[in-house]
Amino acid sequence: MFFKQISRFTRYPKLRSLTVQSYRNLQTSQDKAGLASSRLREDDRDRLRQELEQIVGSKNVSSSESVLQQHGQDEGPHKGMPPDLVVYPSSVQETSAVCKVCSGSGVPIIPHGTGTGLEGGTSALSGGVCVDVTKHMEEILAIHHEDFCAVVQPGVSREGLNQSLKADGLWFPVDPGANASICGMCATGASGTNAVRYGTIKENVLNLEVVLADGRIIQTAGIDGRPRKSSAGYNLTSLFVGSEGTLGVITSATVRLHAVPETIAAAVVSFPSVQDAVSAVVSTLQCSVPMARIEFLDEVQMMACNKYSGLEYPETPHLFLEFHGSESEVHSQAEFVKEITSQFGGGEFQWAVQQEDRTRLWTARHRAYYANVALRAGCRCVTTDVCVPISRLPEIITSTKEDIQKNGLIGPIVGHVGDGNFHTMLLFDPDDADEQRKCKEVADRMARRAIAVGGTCTGEHGVGMGKINLLKEQFGEDGIGVMKNIKQALDPLNVMNPGKVFL
Amino acid sequence: MALKVLVGCKRVIDYAVKIRVRPDKLGVVTDGVKHSMNPFDEIAVEEAVRMKEKKIAKEVVVVSCGPAQSQETIRTALAMGADRGVHIEIPADQMTVLQPIHVSKILAKLAEKEAADVVMLGKLAIDDDSNQTAQMTASLLDWPQGVFASKVEQKDSGLEVVREVDGGLETIKINLPAVLSADLRLNEPRYATLPNIMKAKKKKIEKIKPEDLGVDVAPRIEVVSVEDPPVREAGQSVGDVDELLGKLKDKGFSS
Repeated sequence: MFFKQISRFTRYPKLRSLTVQSYRNLQTSQDKAGLASSRLREDDRDRLRQELEQIVGSKNVSSSESVLQQHGQDEGPHKGMPPDLVVYPSSVQETSAVCKVCSGSGVPIIPHGTGTGLEGGTSALSGGVCVDVTKHMEEILAIHHEDFCAVVQPGVSREGLNQSLKADGLWFPVDPGANASICGMCATGASGTNAVRYGTIKENVLNLEVVLADGRIIQTAGIDGRPRKSSAGYNLTSLFVGSEGTLGVITSATVRLHAVPETIAAAVVSFPSVQDAVSAVVSTLQCSVPMARIEFLDEVQMMACNKYSGLEYPETPHLFLEFHGSESEVHSQAEFVKEITSQFGGGEFQWAVQQEDRTRLWTARHRAYYANVALRAGCRCVTTDVCVPISRLPEIITSTKEDIQKNGLIGPIVGHVGDGNFHTMLLFDPDDADEQRKCKEVADRMARRAIAVGGTCTGEHGVGMGKINLLKEQFGEDGIGVMKNIKQALDPLNVMNPGKVFL
Repeated sequence: MALKVLVGCKRVIDYAVKIRVRPDKLGVVTDGVKHSMNPFDEIAVEEAVRMKEKKIAKEVVVVSCGPAQSQETIRTALAMGADRGVHIEIPADQMTVLQPIHVSKILAKLAEKEAADVVMLGKLAIDDDSNQTAQMTASLLDWPQGVFASKVEQKDSGLEVVREVDGGLETIKINLPAVLSADLRLNEPRYATLPNIMKAKKKKIEKIKPEDLGVDVAPRIEVVSVEDPPVREAGQSVGDVDELLGKLKDKGFSS
């Protein structure tokens, strides 16, 4: 889910133009974490620029206002802060040299993918050098058809890889909605609608090439390794997946591919209540039906979708389903689930096999984000991302809806209920600080409730800037302590994306 | 009436590739560059396969003109559900001067040889943007044409075709045999699956030379030069209206 945002902040941060949250972060981060440096002075920046131009060429270093602004701002509600410089390396060696130079001067390094994140991950809180590895490093280095894997550089997006594989009967199933850089998806620990069957990015990465803060280049699963499994050494791949640029720059990823399903069928069912819909999901999963996608949309979301796409769905909770398999498998799965849904008061089970019909059926879900932002002109939203054990899903969604209603907010809910993960999009008027505060508080309470029932404050979007306190609550002192130990070991100067994940 | 459908498909540089002009300026770089089936031809193949699934068609034969690599394109069509393929062998260095007039002559002769009821093509190829082959083929065969088709249905003993035209949609009824060309919204092509790719390896591809069909593919044009479009110049910011007027005057725009 993503939306376009008009950035309106100045080049060097004036305190009043920061959001409350990021100002707080900036203050605390400067006070406590011993950030490598504050924003560069003019002459320091020029000297640094010259050094960087030596490495990547003068055309590949930019200080133009629009380039800096664009690189500091992602697609979330946090006001992003621009870096001092943006560099575009053309190789892993150049990336390494850039990191060495920056580390040497204690200048922050902010890795940049497609900028489609939602948690302010690319915001340069204390300036520094944004390393945009997508511009010149955009090759699919290899496709190993028989081994079901591909090696990609940061500039290769999810759609780009799938387009290349179209005639090969293979696909890369991790689909977070945005057309994100695959290496960026590794950095944020992305997931998406297909995770219930195909896994998140964690389960689909075999190896990562990473440049560390000091310029060392490593491959997390061994040099050019792509075994399906390995017992060799520490699991470094897992360490870097989801590290959000705080431990290194990912310069290539070896990802798993899957066979394109023989048949795909899509279905849509309405339910009389949220409880019924979610119970139907729990039952379906209990019967271990290998669902490819189960998406939940509440009645507020359906109303928004109807309005935006001119559809006529009943304004009640809905499930959007997808089945993958052979023709007979898909047919029997669909029949089986149809029975389950009708047990829980499900309405007509509309389903389709033809590509265009499936697209039409799923239009509502695909355009959900835009539909929500269109509900109130000019609004922005706080997107929540909690994930809980499936058995606790009904109670969490119910208490969330109560909280939203009590605070008089609009918060459509859409979720990958098959994983126990759902998103609310809490709309606020950017000029109404009170409303924004309320949204943030509802979101925080949601996250706390999720943590209390054994879930997580972020299922797929990452911690970025906004959930640093929640991470502490989720892991406790010692848990965070170990993370800090690792950070200290790999990035003692705290130059890698400072101010993110934890302080 | 189960129809026999002849589908044309062309191997082109993949739409996502950044095209580069060759150093000798006589063409674009094709070596080592990713190629794939022309997207409109994918739509044509998909439509033909659906016609077979609906039992309107009984056999789908796919044809491609080009060098040896065109067989990969034919295999993709076979994996989508076509029954067999015909590869018209054209040497790689002749591809830049092979034109719609040549291809339509080949298709016309092949349609007669195969006793096809429908010739189905993409509306244009994304490398030359000609949009001529379907129309020329129909003319050579003296068959009716349903081009820019966004919907094709069987109607009585002919076909009803909805066409995308500038003013909107036009519905025509044409007799068979006919030539059709696929437009973007005709369908969404299926993805080839691994089992179907395996099966496709066993399907037959016949190799024919243009001379075998009595068609002369001698070039009728010579490529003189191929150049990049001009590099976009940097814009200029002006401080106020007077400066703008001054600059316009300098450029020769009288006030």
